[in-house]
Amino acid sequence: MDLFDSVFLAKASFIGIVFAITLGIAAYSTYFERKIAAFMQDRIGPDRAGPFGILQPLADAVKMFMKEDFIPANSNKWLFIMGPCLSMLTALMTSAVVPFGDTVTIGDVTFDLQGIDVNIGILWVFGIVSLGVYGILIGGWASNNKYSLLGAIRAASQNISYELAMGLSIIAILMMTGSLSTKAIVEAQQNGHWNILYQPMGFIIFLICAFAECNRTPFDLPECETELIGGYHTEYSSMKLGFYLFAEYINMFISGAVMATLYFGGYDYPGVDFVTAQLGATAATLIGAGALIGKALAFVFIFMWVRWTLPRFRYDQLMGLGWSGLIPLAMFNVVVTGLGILLDQQILIGIGGVVVFIAGIVVYDQLFVKKKLA
Amino acid sequence: MTLAERMYLPAIVGGMATTLKHFFSKPVTIRYPEQTRYLGPIYRGHHILKKDEQGAERCTACGLCAVACPAEAISMVAEERKKGEEKLYREEKYAKVYEINMLRCIFCGLCEEACPKEAIFLRHDQMVPVFSSRDEVIYGKDKLVEKMDQRYLREGWK
Repeated sequence: MDLFDSVFLAKASFIGIVFAITLGIAAYSTYFERKIAAFMQDRIGPDRAGPFGILQPLADAVKMFMKEDFIPANSNKWLFIMGPCLSMLTALMTSAVVPFGDTVTIGDVTFDLQGIDVNIGILWVFGIVSLGVYGILIGGWASNNKYSLLGAIRAASQNISYELAMGLSIIAILMMTGSLSTKAIVEAQQNGHWNILYQPMGFIIFLICAFAECNRTPFDLPECETELIGGYHTEYSSMKLGFYLFAEYINMFISGAVMATLYFGGYDYPGVDFVTAQLGATAATLIGAGALIGKALAFVFIFMWVRWTLPRFRYDQLMGLGWSGLIPLAMFNVVVTGLGILLDQQILIGIGGVVVFIAGIVVYDQLFVKKKLA
Repeated sequence: MTLAERMYLPAIVGGMATTLKHFFSKPVTIRYPEQTRYLGPIYRGHHILKKDEQGAERCTACGLCAVACPAEAISMVAEERKKGEEKLYREEKYAKVYEINMLRCIFCGLCEEACPKEAIFLRHDQMVPVFSSRDEVIYGKDKLVEKMDQRYLREGWK
């Protein structure tokens, strides 16, 4: 009973901390999104609420809650309310399998810095992310509005298309690690053997797919203002809209954390052994958790950087890139990885695969693509 | 299009480099109410009725500014100078009331050009503030006459 209590307490407090960190980062992502946009456009951005505008998320939250919460008369009320709730729920559930660090011992209680280490780890992420599209789909459908429905349909087809390429790019990692558990994947990457070195092509595919899964620019067609007014959240107002926007930022952070876990060594950082010897295992683990969050935030920055640089795709371009670009590339990557494992020369074959791919494209271009006479 | 153009990747990298360059460059924003921009030596802003070096009002209420004003924003009431008021008014006639309706004024500066006594100017360093009520619109001598402790100087004057 005592053991159960301590384990329960440890898990509950850890999950509470992860929730707090995730929500805090998501709230401040809205602020940094505006700041980064401003800096990239030679502006200052929000600077009125508090010093440098750091209280802006609070002001935004107050605004969101004070606004009129409007439910369209012909909408399906229950589903209309369920949409944003589902989005938020699935966004928060994904972080359960992300390993933030090894174990930490405080007193006689051992914390495992991971929500739950299930042996289906990465499949859990996939399952929840796939469920996440229901939030958008239900919200868009329940609005009883053509534009909302179009946005929701776009979100659904886009997520399904890019999940295929994403899954294939992860299969290469699973082949190398031999386990679906995120913890096992991270442990296989310790001491600088980060997967990015073995899987450069897989990482690019995963990154592009992550943009599409989070509905971020250049893949933000579900909320394409120029065509669909506001897309799936056209009819939403007040905190329901806030939940949708918030879920997007949570998804960004979590997908950054997942990418760091899969490709950038998770909580690994240069000089782990030195820090362990100097400060002890607990401090080293906590710094590792900080390193993982730092890597995830770097990805969040890249998400925002891309958003304020690239224009939106056309929908046929989006589908073309997903189905005839990324999926064959991911399959090629699986073959290259298999060859690398077979010959026990993974880095060499990995780089060779990229070279062969580029050479193949150039040759194809020279031989088969008809050139327009200038 | 060439292969590189069709792949979009070089263009994407170039675009990302551009935005990153701007990320680290200095913002051009001027935080307006707190920070103001120098508008130049000939900006036509807030009106001022000048005094001379002894502190006597220069305006003699001839009415040429009111005649020149295309928006008919200026009105005045003239008064004869009494004995003992030589220190206050330079000429023998002065404006007892001098009012400018700031809702009508178009800041053209024709009053400044018309004035034979160099009494009225549109200052270059200060604007007419925003008003929110009609009571604040008509500026009398209390708001227009130059104060001797903060005299208005223009570039090129001594």
